[in-house]
Amino acid sequence: MTTNHNANYPRKRRKIEAGKAATAVLLWGYAAVVLLPLLLVIGNTMRPSREIFKHPVGFPTSINFDSYIRAWQEANFNTYFVNSLLITVSAVVLATAVASSAAYILGRYSFKGSKILSAYFLAGLMLPFRLAIVPLFLLLNDLGLIDSRFGLILVYAATGIPFSVFILSAFFRQLPPELSEAARIDGAGEFTIFSRIMLPLVRPALATVTVFQFVPLWNDFFFPLVLLRSTDKWTLPVGMTRFFGEFQTDWSTLFAGLIITTLPLVILFLLATKQIIAGLTAGVSK
Amino acid sequence: MAVIKKRKTNTGVGQGAPPWPTIVLFLLPAFLLYTVFMIWPLVQSMIFSTFEFKGLARGAFVGLANFRELFTRFPLNEQLPRAFMHNGVFFIGTMLIQNTLGLLFALLLSKAPFGKRFFQTVYTMPYLISALVVGYLWSLMLNPLFGPVNQILKLIGLSDLARPWLGDPATALPVIILVNAWQWMGFPMLLFAAGLANIGNDIREAATIDGANAWQLFRRIELPLLTPVIGIITVLTFIGNFNAFGIVWALGGVGGEPAGSTDVLGLVFYRTAFRGGVDAFGLASALAVLMFLFIFGISNIVLRWFRRMESDLT
Repeated sequence: MTTNHNANYPRKRRKIEAGKAATAVLLWGYAAVVLLPLLLVIGNTMRPSREIFKHPVGFPTSINFDSYIRAWQEANFNTYFVNSLLITVSAVVLATAVASSAAYILGRYSFKGSKILSAYFLAGLMLPFRLAIVPLFLLLNDLGLIDSRFGLILVYAATGIPFSVFILSAFFRQLPPELSEAARIDGAGEFTIFSRIMLPLVRPALATVTVFQFVPLWNDFFFPLVLLRSTDKWTLPVGMTRFFGEFQTDWSTLFAGLIITTLPLVILFLLATKQIIAGLTAGVSK
Repeated sequence: MAVIKKRKTNTGVGQGAPPWPTIVLFLLPAFLLYTVFMIWPLVQSMIFSTFEFKGLARGAFVGLANFRELFTRFPLNEQLPRAFMHNGVFFIGTMLIQNTLGLLFALLLSKAPFGKRFFQTVYTMPYLISALVVGYLWSLMLNPLFGPVNQILKLIGLSDLARPWLGDPATALPVIILVNAWQWMGFPMLLFAAGLANIGNDIREAATIDGANAWQLFRRIELPLLTPVIGIITVLTFIGNFNAFGIVWALGGVGGEPAGSTDVLGLVFYRTAFRGGVDAFGLASALAVLMFLFIFGISNIVLRWFRRMESDLT
C-alpha cells in the first residue's frame, strides 16, 4: 500500500474528482426533475391557454394573476379553500387536544391497563382505515352527519389520534419527574400540572404532531368524496375533480388551481421543514 | 382500589398514578373519538361482511355468501385478480425505482460536503402535494397533444419516444409508478439518511483503514446495518401501494383507464361500495376484510422476516 501510494496518487485524485462531478450531476439532475415541472406549472399559470397549446414549454411574457382569479371566483376555489381550511384546522386542533391529555397520562404514569391502552392507540398507526368506510358511512348516516363538515372533522380527528399519542407520550415520558413533584407539593392539581407545566415543555413535539397531521388531511380525497355531497361543502381535492372536467380547455386556470391547492402546504413546509422531517423519520432516527 | 395506593416507581417517571377519575377524564375524549370513529367501524366491517345488505339496510346473516360473490360475479371476478396484480406490479416497481433512488441519494448526500439540507428539502417537497394533484399535474404534463413531456422529447430529437403515455395500456401503469415515485422518493431517502446517520463513524473509519473501498464499505458495512430501515421502508411502501387511490384516480379515472390497465384494489373497493348494486355494502365489507387481512398479514410477515434477518446479523 504505502509503496504504491505516490504512484497512485494522481490517478486516485482524478478518480475522486470524477466521482464528485458525477455526484453533482446526479444531485442537480434529480433536483431539476423535481423542480422543473413545478416551475413550468407556475409559469403556465401566467400564460393564456392558447399560447400553452401552441408552445407547451415556454416562458410567461407578463406577470399576471388572471388565471388565479378565475380559479378562485369562477371555479369555486374560494369555497373549497375555506372548507379545506376549516375542516383541516378543526380536526388537527381537536385531535391534538384530546391526544395530548391522553398521551400525558400514558407517558407519565403506569397503572392497571396502561400498557394495553398504549398498544391500543398505537395499533391505529398500522390500520388501513379507509377500508372501514362502509360502517363509517352508516354510522354517520345514523348520526345525521353525512354531507356534514362536522362529521368529516370527527373522522379526521380520530385518524390523527394514533400518531399524536405515539409521538407525544414519548416526549412526556422524557420530562424529569422533579418538575411535577415540586408543583404537586405546592398544591397544584393534575390538570394544572399538565396544562401549565408539562404541555409547554413538549411544544416542539406539538409542532411536529400538528404539522404532520395537517398535510395528509389537507390532501385527503377519499373521505370527502364519500362523505360530502353538496358542492358548497366540498374541500379542495374533491373540488378538483369537478374542476378538471369543467375547465378541460382552460389550462392556465387548471394550473392555477393546482397551485392554489398546494400553496398553503408549501408555506407550512418552509415554516416547519424541521418538524416535517422529524415526523417523517419518527421511529428511525435517534 | 388497592391498585391506586400501590406506588409504582419502576417506570422511571417518578410518582404513582393519579386517582382513577382523573385518569379516566384525561383519557376518555381520545379513547371515545378513536374507538367510535376508527376502531368500531373496522370491527363492524367484519360483522357486515357476513350480512346481506339492501341499500343502507342490513338484512339477514348470509355467512360467506358475500365472499363467494366477489369471486364469481361478473365483472368483479375479472376485475379483482387484475387489480390485485396491478397492485403487485406497483409495489415491485416502486421498490425497484423509488426506493433504490432513495438509497442512492441518501448515500450521495451522506458524503456531500455541502448542500445536503437544500437537496433533501427539494427532494422531499413533492410529498406535500396531494396525490390527486400530483396525478392531475402529470396528466397535463403527459398530454399527447399539448403536454410538455412529448414536446421536450421532440425538441431533443427523441420524437420516436413521444407517445400518448396515459392512453396506451402498455405504458399507463409504468407511468403511474414513475409519477408516484416522483412524489414519494424523498421519504425513503430521509429514512435511509437517518439510518446512515445512526451508523457510527468509527466503524466506517475502521473499515477504511483496513483498506475497504467505497463499494465494499457500502456492501459489507452500510447495507447490512440498514436492514431495519429497509424493513420499515418495505412495509410502508407495501401498505402505501396497496392503498393507492387518489393518484390512480387522477391519472386513470375511477375505472382505471385505459381499458382497466391501471385499475387497482382501492378503485375496485370504491366502485364496489359506492357504484355497485343494491347489495353493495355487504360485498364491499367482504372485500374490505380480505384486503385488510392481506395487507395486515403480509406487513407482519415482512416485518418479522426483517427482524430475523437483523438478529442473524448480530
